[in-house]
Amino acid sequence: MSQSHSFDDVRDLYQNIILDRARNPRHMHRMEPFDACAAGENPLCGDQVEVRVRFAAGTTVAEAAFEARGCAISMASADLMAEVVRGRDAAAMRSLAADFAELARNGVSGSADPAISTLQPLSGVSEYRSRVKCATLPWSALIAALDGAKESSHD
Amino acid sequence: MNANPKLADLAPAFDVERIRADFPILSQRVHGKPFVFLDSAASAQKPRAVIGAMSHAMETQYANVHRGLHWMSERTSDAYENVRDQVAALLHAESREEIVFTRNSTEAINLVAHSYGRGILKPGQAVLITEMEHHANIVPWQMLRDSHGIELRVAGITDSGELDLASFASLLEDGRVGLAAVTHMSNVLGTYNPIARVAALAHAAGAQLLVDGSQAVVHRTVDVQALGADFYVFTGHKLYGPTGVGVLWARRALLDAMPPFMGGGDMIASVSFERSIWASGPTKFEAGTPAIIEVIGLGAAIDYVSAIGFDAIAAHEAALTGHALSRLSAVDGLRIVGQAKDRGGVISFTLEGAHAHDVATLLDRNGIAVRAGRHCADPLMARMGVTSTARASFGIYTTHAEIDVLADTLVRVRSFFQ
Ligand SMILES: Cc1ncc(COP(=O)(O)O)c(C=O)c1O
Repeated sequence: MSQSHSFDDVRDLYQNIILDRARNPRHMHRMEPFDACAAGENPLCGDQVEVRVRFAAGTTVAEAAFEARGCAISMASADLMAEVVRGRDAAAMRSLAADFAELARNGVSGSADPAISTLQPLSGVSEYRSRVKCATLPWSALIAALDGAKESSHD
Repeated sequence: MNANPKLADLAPAFDVERIRADFPILSQRVHGKPFVFLDSAASAQKPRAVIGAMSHAMETQYANVHRGLHWMSERTSDAYENVRDQVAALLHAESREEIVFTRNSTEAINLVAHSYGRGILKPGQAVLITEMEHHANIVPWQMLRDSHGIELRVAGITDSGELDLASFASLLEDGRVGLAAVTHMSNVLGTYNPIARVAALAHAAGAQLLVDGSQAVVHRTVDVQALGADFYVFTGHKLYGPTGVGVLWARRALLDAMPPFMGGGDMIASVSFERSIWASGPTKFEAGTPAIIEVIGLGAAIDYVSAIGFDAIAAHEAALTGHALSRLSAVDGLRIVGQAKDRGGVISFTLEGAHAHDVATLLDRNGIAVRAGRHCADPLMARMGVTSTARASFGIYTTHAEIDVLADTLVRVRSFFQ
């Protein structure tokens, strides 16, 4: 029985930018001080993420950071999220979170938000039903942080 | 050929290719690749004999059991009750009257937690479990603790993933443990626990012993009397049978002393609005129409594995496990979680630089099904210092070649994430 082939057909999921972000995340650190924080957990696979945000004025994000133990998809998603939420207020983050959830589930998003193109490399999860939650977990934690909740349990 | 003399001896009796031909699903392809199913510990595939027995019953011999005064109901009741004898023989129980059909292992444990836990144990007594239990053997006891004032104690395991008998014994010392509940085989580490010794310790301290046989019953001969167990549970779908049926075995005296778990039809001798008289024997615990077709399917599964024989099954799986342990430990960066001396074909591992979830996705794209995550054993994962593992588990239809495919693919998974 021989099943040798390269993993070419998973490249839509594991694009280079995702592997790179998972290996060398830019925003993974224990940020101090912070204004809001929440943890998220996917009990199915054990992925855990804690998201922290610091506001500049009102709910406009000066900086976001995360700590996580998880798969490449959840790590890369958290890292890209921390990048694109900078400078956004709570309302803009919520609407981007909804657009991203659509992208992760369907592989496309009708949103005109420019941040969606940064998040596009994660659209491959739509072909892997059990992995969609890996991508959306950090966003659920972010929303929980905005809501002032401590824990976001994923479903 | 294989150098293992045991395997050579059983070659005529145990022909894995012939067994594979009995499992229609194994010829499926997944993502265009041969289906390499290494997730039998979660649920096993079904042989044609089981599928056929269930269809045959529905096509030729089906009515409700224990109710009709007509021919069809009597025949169906016979078929259903016949499986009670088969299960009694499988477990080497003293009597068929000790076999209760449940929905699965989880329901069987909950039955004991409810009926024995609330009916016989007294507040202030304790239940003793271990660090390597499945959630099914943890949560019902927590619920009992919270509702009934029962203390819950947890015996430790060693770093290699074996039960720490000294810890177990010391928690029994004050004589307050009324029931110990211990897995026969870990669904994460593959460890077999020395149940006969565990039973002796429990009994010396005045405690009864429940054994979770969900994994073990699939792989080895189980003799509940030789083990010295008081309760033994297993679930049909891991034993190549259908979902929806499980078994509780309990010593007759315990079943007689225990109050019913659920009330309804079938579990009573007589009912008036003032009071009802419970049926005697296992029927007392089988309220409502049971899983008739599934019980018949379980009977076919027991026939199937019994015809192969547990000596042959155990030898095949021991050879597979040995092969897998040597192939997997040679994969760079792979760490096997659990190094018990007495272990079976359930192997959890981590791969450096790759999360279990990513490992499982890449394997899946090569047609290889493994489980990844926490395996319904969060406390055990914490004890072993891991947040998740990938797990390969074997059944009677698993081949050496499939293990080679797994090991070769893992080498490529590792380089993919490097
Ligand atoms: C050791 C162990 N106990 C209990 C169970 C629960 O089995 P079920 O879900 O069929 O009740 C399982 C399987 O998931 C198991 O591996």
